[in-house]
Amino acid sequence: MKIIVQSLIVFSLLFYQNAGAHAQSVGNFELSGSLRLETRIFPGPLSYSGQDRSTVSPSIALEPEFVYEINNGDDRFIFTPFLRGDLSDDQRSHGDIREASWVHSSGNWDSQIGIGKVFWGTTEARHLVDIINQTDLIENPDGEDKLGQPMINVRVFSDFGTVSLFILPGFRERTFADDKSRLRGRSIIEGRNARYQSSAKNKHIDFAARWSDSIGDLDIGISQFIGTSREPRFAEVTATSGVQVLQPFYDQIDQFGIDAQLTQDAWLWKLESITRGGQGDRFVAAVAGFEYTIFQISNSNADLGLLAEYLYDGRGVGAPSTNSENDIFIAARFTINDTADTQGLVGAIIDRKTGETALSFDVERRIADQWKAEIEARYFINTDADSFLNSIRNDDFITFRLSRFF
Amino acid sequence: MKKQIQKLFLRNKAFCLFAASAVIATPVLAQTAAEKGLEIAQQIETRDDGFIDSRVTLKMTLTNRNGETSTRELRLASLETSDKSLGDKSLTVFDRPRDIRGTAFLSFTKILDPDDQWLFLPALKRVKRISSANKSGPFVGSEFAYEDLVSFEVEKYNFNWLRDEACGDLQCFVVERTPRYEKSGYSRQVTWVDNQEYRIMRVDYYDRKSSLLKTLQQSGFKQYLNQYWRPSTMVMKNQQTGKQTLLKFENYKFRTGVRENDFTPERLKRIR
Repeated sequence: MKIIVQSLIVFSLLFYQNAGAHAQSVGNFELSGSLRLETRIFPGPLSYSGQDRSTVSPSIALEPEFVYEINNGDDRFIFTPFLRGDLSDDQRSHGDIREASWVHSSGNWDSQIGIGKVFWGTTEARHLVDIINQTDLIENPDGEDKLGQPMINVRVFSDFGTVSLFILPGFRERTFADDKSRLRGRSIIEGRNARYQSSAKNKHIDFAARWSDSIGDLDIGISQFIGTSREPRFAEVTATSGVQVLQPFYDQIDQFGIDAQLTQDAWLWKLESITRGGQGDRFVAAVAGFEYTIFQISNSNADLGLLAEYLYDGRGVGAPSTNSENDIFIAARFTINDTADTQGLVGAIIDRKTGETALSFDVERRIADQWKAEIEARYFINTDADSFLNSIRNDDFITFRLSRFF
Repeated sequence: MKKQIQKLFLRNKAFCLFAASAVIATPVLAQTAAEKGLEIAQQIETRDDGFIDSRVTLKMTLTNRNGETSTRELRLASLETSDKSLGDKSLTVFDRPRDIRGTAFLSFTKILDPDDQWLFLPALKRVKRISSANKSGPFVGSEFAYEDLVSFEVEKYNFNWLRDEACGDLQCFVVERTPRYEKSGYSRQVTWVDNQEYRIMRVDYYDRKSSLLKTLQQSGFKQYLNQYWRPSTMVMKNQQTGKQTLLKFENYKFRTGVRENDFTPERLKRIR
């Protein structure tokens, strides 16, 4: 891992030297991207034997993007590798190809062939409908970071909206913290030792389709996915070392989703809902809520957004467990609208039954032309004895990140 | 927003031409000040009709009270809509600063109804429909408000001709316009329109308390396709804070062949 970190630093310095001052744009070729230095601090004590002692976890991440364009930009080749080296967490030192694809654009259709990333959805607290990409959980415990997904995607645009079809050859396994990591939870997950319902395992070919349109104030999408669940269930097994570990099991599922937003004046009304079959009884889950923005608060340039969402999940015992069965999300978003683009979000997800609460605080600001500073904090309170949050209750953390963009 | 900016420019040029010919052709004595103001505005709009679409690169320099500057670079594409009861569509893509590189803003301008606006966030590959209720809010921290950058549509204002006076080497109509749309940050705007080509040379913006808030100067006009005038420089100075935003336009291109379905929220996901 030290080698990874050292090579990353060397590579990063090269990028800094060659691409640091300006993005490199030679003819049809462009290089851009970011270099991120960050430190995660865990003030709380360790919870489990085997976890490393460190409370400070410094790391470096490099994410360059290479784009080559031909045919006046109608054909683009994109390559976006990602590499993180973490000095105290071997498992979090990891790499991925976020994107490696050929994008072709035409009059009323376009296509993407290769590894890519797709986002579907409207709500903030939870992304129920979004299913194409696997979660890169060791990169970000919030589940907001995704692994690149191999795909053949064609989109057709018409007056009746956009139809997007996906063939997804190849499945990406979710990444998990290992036994030495913070945020690992009570049980060790052997993420690389997964089992599958399909005999094709991670070579199963999945399919997805989506229709979306903007109709007046309403933006709406309807989607269907058939294939390997991105969310695994876990089976308790005895590892070769003799310890009890959790083994991921990926079911074959079908999932129908709807995502919608109604935009009226300063109100955004949001809804996401899914029904999924293949993991015990078919179940329904939904997130619904609003974002209301007070613009130019007390005659300043700053905006204050107030967010509230209700999270429901009706899944049964045969499905992967969730923390979002009956929860309320409330948050405030502040946007200063200054030249540094200062903005932040303070939020809480509260379990209505147990009162278990996950607090979050995010703030970011440009500190120079090519530099951005970010602070992210996560704090867990009132955790319920049976929940996953309880098993990471000592892992409240704060992240300081300094990013250079080129 | 980009589109809106473009539209503004386009409309300004057309407006100028039309207004000039109309005024020359019409006996002035029979007109009220409101009629004359409206006629000038209609000239501006008509002279800008028919550009179909345009693209331009912008460099924005923000200067604060202490003279410190920061810059943004963006590309703006505009498209006239076939439906005359709607405004133009515009697409803005940011190239600098690098942390917001690839961020795209899509706007469908309406006449009196709220505009439709979407934002594309490239890191998340997420398109968000956003509220357009912040018409008077600052655009990317600049001295331009969103409403300053949308396409010029006659129906958005009531007009009143104030006087004719010299503006630099030219003669200008001085026309006051009062926003008819909701949520404007302005009680009124006073515009200087040259009587040859109907180009908007200057705008004084008055806040809701009727105090002078900002002054816009447009200069370096060039004519495209033998019809459409566009400024190469816009300077918006906030008279209350001393802050200033400079916009430089480069590489105007017209009738580039973009289509209406290039201006859709879904298309933002693979914008270049």
